[in-house]
Amino acid sequence: MSALTIRNLTKTYGNGVQALKGIDLTVEKGEFFALLGPNGAGKSTTIGIVSSLVNKSGGEVEIFGHSLDRERSLAKKKIGVVPQEFNFNQFEKVYDIVVTQAGFYGIPIAEAKRQAEKYLRQLGLWEKRQSAARMLSGGMKRRLMIARALVHEPELLILDEPTAGVDIELRRSMWDFLIGLNEQGRTIILTTHYLEEAESLCRRIAIIDHGVIVENTDMRSLLEKLQVETFVLDLQRPLQSAPELCGFHVRLRDAATLEVDVPKTESLNRLFGALAEQDIQVLSMRNKANRLEELFVRLVERNADLAGKEAAS
Amino acid sequence: MSFTEQWVAFLTLVTKEIRRFVRIWPQTLLPPAITMSLYFVIFGNLVGSRIGDMGGFDYMQYIVPGLIMMSVIQNSYGNVVSSFFSTKFQHSIEEMMVSPMPAHVILTGYMVGGIARGLMVGGIVTVLSLFFTHLTLQHAWITLSVVVMTAALFSLGGFINAVFARNFDDISIIPNFVLTPLTYLGGVFYSLELLPDFWRTVTLANPIVYMVNAFRYGILGVSDVNVYTSLGTIALFVLGFYILALWLLHRGTGIRA
Repeated sequence: MSALTIRNLTKTYGNGVQALKGIDLTVEKGEFFALLGPNGAGKSTTIGIVSSLVNKSGGEVEIFGHSLDRERSLAKKKIGVVPQEFNFNQFEKVYDIVVTQAGFYGIPIAEAKRQAEKYLRQLGLWEKRQSAARMLSGGMKRRLMIARALVHEPELLILDEPTAGVDIELRRSMWDFLIGLNEQGRTIILTTHYLEEAESLCRRIAIIDHGVIVENTDMRSLLEKLQVETFVLDLQRPLQSAPELCGFHVRLRDAATLEVDVPKTESLNRLFGALAEQDIQVLSMRNKANRLEELFVRLVERNADLAGKEAAS
Repeated sequence: MSFTEQWVAFLTLVTKEIRRFVRIWPQTLLPPAITMSLYFVIFGNLVGSRIGDMGGFDYMQYIVPGLIMMSVIQNSYGNVVSSFFSTKFQHSIEEMMVSPMPAHVILTGYMVGGIARGLMVGGIVTVLSLFFTHLTLQHAWITLSVVVMTAALFSLGGFINAVFARNFDDISIIPNFVLTPLTYLGGVFYSLELLPDFWRTVTLANPIVYMVNAFRYGILGVSDVNVYTSLGTIALFVLGFYILALWLLHRGTGIRA
């Protein structure tokens, strides 16, 4: 069964901005799914409609087979939402925020307290339960929103930029936590600007731009589309100019650093052989950018070109 | 949601609302107690002693029901308008919007929260008034019906105001420029019989006149207007406001983009 089915979803805001132009999207049960796109692409609008925070203009949304129009209550029970912005009462206590949210789902108080304790402990917030939410650090506030979203045990968890502004250590621990949730069978949809995050966590991915889905596939297939990878090489001795290497495009970034575009059809062994022939010794090597990032930029640029041509015609 | 789940959600919201205004009692419960005590001292004792009887009662006794009703109106309205607008402003309203709570549960929860504060402040003012005058309850059910329906009506009014409000100025316009004048001109401090015919007729267009007089009838047994007309009018307004507020909430006016 699909966890989320979106059919021909459109949204035009009151100011005339067409945020979604009829998108179709399916997320299967148990998937860890990434929804990527540049700012203003339509990610938050899509998530807003699915979580009932934004009115759609047209189309249909189903959550585990329940229509958001016709079986709203059943559909909503299946979702937990972690929004991008902090959206709790800053003056309320951490514990009260989570227990109250459980109450809004009709969970009796005794069970609500058990659930709140379970998730506050799992997310390392139990010691802070009597603190006002405003006293928490940014990372703790993010974790509080995750605890609140999980308190009613949703089958589909939607996270909108969950690790924005979170330090690396905490980000990694949140990744582990989310992977654990996914392994327990929860479907997770994630939007993020950290493409490394999407690449590490998600098995499927959709890229949205200018209100249309420009790519929707599994991560492996997507990365296979990457035709060229750019590597940065740190050299032992400085060079005057970029060397000519047959089959590779080479640029001299500074005297001791080369950038080399390596086509997917070429092996790195051949690159190093060509460098050795010219007596160029390499001290270290790294990817210029995350692989997914390169692909993302290309897809979005291509879509922007298409959108520009459409507008011109 | 099953009925039981809706009931749990409703109680959660009402508890949250009551906890909110009790937690900030120096802002919510104390000011009306002080203001009304000053009214009792100045209008009741100092000025009232020179006015003499009104409607067959001494002036202090005559104005007490109106002052209680004034505090109920202001506080039930103020509770919901500030609470609901704050949830919009802080986006914590999203906690309810993502949940399966139906719109009528959300609306009724806020309304009952407003009624609770209105009644609590009304109770405090009533107790304070007993330090200044003697009160008897002539018609308990009418008193209770009027005060609860009035608190409900103004809670719903506060809710509708908060739905349309875009900033904090918008939630103070109605209380300052509409409610306060209507309350002061609503027969709290005087009997309509003191007014010339023309102004008496004009005053009858003020809905607060009916609430104050029906409440005064419940406590003192005197009223300038027909009590059952008053009760019917208030009930109709409550129903109308409830339907309007529910429709706005269902559409997501002022809440959903």
